Amino acid sequence: MSSLVLENLSYQYNGTPVITGLDLVVAQDEIVCLLGASGCGKTTTLKAIAGLLATKQGKVFIGGKLVSDERTFLAPEYRNIGMMFQDYALFPHLTVADNIAFGLTKMSKIQKQQRVNEMLELVHLVGCEKRFPHQLSGGQQQRVAIARALAYKPSLLLLDEPFSNIDTQVRFELIADIRRIIKNQQVSAVFVTHSKEEAFAFADTLAIMDCGKIAQQGTPEQLFNTPNSKVVAEFLGQGIYLDAEALTATEYSTAFGRVESLLAHSHAKRVGQLYVRPHHLELTPLQSKHSSVNTVTVLNRRFVGSHFVYKVMIEGQEIDVAAQSGQSFLVNEDVTIRITPHTVNFFAE
Amino acid sequence: MRFKFSLSRWQFFAWVIGLLLITPLCFLLFESLQGDSEVFSHLWDTVLWDYTRNTLLLILGVGVVSCLIALPLGWLTAYCDFPGRRQFEWALMLPLAMPTYIIAYVYTDLFDYAGPVQIALRNWFGWQAPSDYWFFDIRTLPGAIMMIALVLYPYLYLIFKTALREQSFKLVQASQLMGHSPRHSFYKVSLPLSRGAIVAGLALISMEAMADFATVNYFAVSTLTTAVYDTWLGYYSLTAAAKISAIMLLILFLALTMERYSRRNQAVFERQSGVNSDTLYTLTGKSAWLATAFCFVVLFFAFVLPVAVLVGYAISYAEQAWNSAFFLYAWQSFKVAIIVSVVTIALSLLVVFYQRIAKQAYPLIPGRLASIGYALPGTVLAIAVLLPLTLLDDKLNTWLEPAGFSPGLLLSGTLFAIIFAYVVRFYAIAHGAVEASFMRISPSLDMASQSMGKSQAQTLRKVHIPLLRRGILTAALLVFIECMKELPAALLLRPFNFETLATHVFQYVSDEQLELASISALAIVLVGLVPLYFVNRSMEQRS
Repeated sequence: MSSLVLENLSYQYNGTPVITGLDLVVAQDEIVCLLGASGCGKTTTLKAIAGLLATKQGKVFIGGKLVSDERTFLAPEYRNIGMMFQDYALFPHLTVADNIAFGLTKMSKIQKQQRVNEMLELVHLVGCEKRFPHQLSGGQQQRVAIARALAYKPSLLLLDEPFSNIDTQVRFELIADIRRIIKNQQVSAVFVTHSKEEAFAFADTLAIMDCGKIAQQGTPEQLFNTPNSKVVAEFLGQGIYLDAEALTATEYSTAFGRVESLLAHSHAKRVGQLYVRPHHLELTPLQSKHSSVNTVTVLNRRFVGSHFVYKVMIEGQEIDVAAQSGQSFLVNEDVTIRITPHTVNFFAE
Repeated sequence: MRFKFSLSRWQFFAWVIGLLLITPLCFLLFESLQGDSEVFSHLWDTVLWDYTRNTLLLILGVGVVSCLIALPLGWLTAYCDFPGRRQFEWALMLPLAMPTYIIAYVYTDLFDYAGPVQIALRNWFGWQAPSDYWFFDIRTLPGAIMMIALVLYPYLYLIFKTALREQSFKLVQASQLMGHSPRHSFYKVSLPLSRGAIVAGLALISMEAMADFATVNYFAVSTLTTAVYDTWLGYYSLTAAAKISAIMLLILFLALTMERYSRRNQAVFERQSGVNSDTLYTLTGKSAWLATAFCFVVLFFAFVLPVAVLVGYAISYAEQAWNSAFFLYAWQSFKVAIIVSVVTIALSLLVVFYQRIAKQAYPLIPGRLASIGYALPGTVLAIAVLLPLTLLDDKLNTWLEPAGFSPGLLLSGTLFAIIFAYVVRFYAIAHGAVEASFMRISPSLDMASQSMGKSQAQTLRKVHIPLLRRGILTAALLVFIECMKELPAALLLRPFNFETLATHVFQYVSDEQLELASISALAIVLVGLVPLYFVNRSMEQRS
């Protein structure tokens, strides 16, 4: 049974559509990331799931139970949802232990104590139970927030940009930590972010949101390798568009010559554009004295630790490209660019 | 070297101002420790405990009633959306503009034996005499509590509402998601988080309730405030009045300590994110109408009805009320208020500027000292001011007598006393407003001005004052309005044959003829509305 189903969900704020016919399914124990630019309706969707705002159109099912449609609206306190807020929303007047115990309503004192201890152990905060939120570091506060949201065994966990306040140095460590905790507690989760790195690191599947609906849902690799739209392709990584024509199922002709695909496609329309990502491009030393279509000039170069990346201009679009291993170029040097065989992203016109 | 000299000059001015404005309080404390006065021991043996008890009951009662009114109002307007919320949000502050003696008079007029309510009841039920039925008497301690709470609740409402607004809604949402109903979430989250704000609001209300003179005097309920008044005007015993004042200062000190302490605690809970702009709950159907009705009822009884009655008086008695006395007293009030505004602004500019440039230790102390007077109840302040002024008058007369001069009560019997008292009382308002606008001026402007060779006085004149103009005007206006409204100090200190609008209205209230002073009463209410506009505007800027 799915933990969460959204069917044709729509919401308008002061007449402006924010969510427009959104469908989403979250399977049992799955972590789904709602990924999208700011203002695409991610947080609104999360609030609609939690019941913090009432949607008049579309259906919301949690654990198979209808909680919201045109006639039904179940108040947030009856939905059994855990939520982790961007600023954690820890109660400043309560200790860590009281914060965690806050949602444990139908338990005896001893049971509560036990559950709090379990959670403290899970989030590695044993010994901090008597402290107040303002006495904790940001990372510790975050672990209290997750412990609090999971303590009462919610049927669904919602996370609203929970990592945006964390320093980049420790962010991915924490993401791995929280993911471990969620997986340990076997709970389904919906996670909202605008950062694809966080999404890749945290989620099982991604749902890219655009203009109030889901553009595509799938595993990170699926979305990255076979995006179904330019929006998805662009959102997941930098690239350039090249006008192309499909010659066969695996061969395309472009201004840079023929490009080979590792996967056969069948296209109804043969004319369109290829979306080429930097790692499908390779710079090599100039092969002939005469400049050809494959010749580009290095506009500038930037050292990134293990190698240089070079900024070049292709068809009027700038892109950062790495050189073939062992090669190095100077600024203003002419070089040859090559498109390596890969699973192409072809968007017919 | 010149730099050093000018700095100590500012320091000198600031300290002189600070010490001058604290002098009356020092005299009062000193006088209250003087040996036993006959009047005081008589009061002590007879009625003083009753007065103290009445004062404490008054404070307690006003606090409880204010909570019952203000807490639901604050919660509704901060969290819930219902018809008229935006209008009620500011309109519910309006009662602050209503002097208690006016509202007390209006309700006495409505509810006493000859009033329209009892007449209507008698006609309805066919009662003939007072013995036929029971009707509450408003001129009692509970009546005074109701009247005072009706105009003081906005303090608590405002502070509580702001505290709720500034708590992140996410805390309540988190609580709800964890299975707690909105009501339960309020008790477990919102209320504990705003406890400090509530205590602070109650402390303010207690101070104001204790300081109230007009209502209890009119209702003939004896409290410490009326005792101070009567002791001075009845027995001419400043020592006894000072001793009673000292009891009030003790209560005041407790209230202030409570306020300070709770504010400090509150600071820990301050939110990190911005003020919530939206509301949390949208009320529909019956609950929405109940909310609207509750707000309306409070507003109606605390403001709309009294104003309507005043307007009614003003229309029916237009000829008698709209007379030269009104213009004379308005002009006299205006004159005093203008002088006090100008003096307080000038003094506060000097002190705040000293705070800004001071490099010595404790630059804030002169300003703090000078601001203490604000907390003094009007009657206490009057006694405190009379003590040094009568002493000075006495000395002046003794010195000048051999030269053939007899200036009489040059200081204590003239406008000087009232003006000095008002300056002591309202300096804090000017100081606060000027200090707040000074904070918004970047210190690098001072450095820029000095690096271009301007002295500190020139910097003050050419850089600060032009930038402070708006703040200064606001401060002056607020002081002006408070002066127009102030009653108890004026009653005790006004020279012979001198009336302000407030004393004039109160005189007619005491004579059961408010109708004849209704224009003046309306003028006081109107003037009192002005600062509410500023409060409202600054609240809107914050959200």
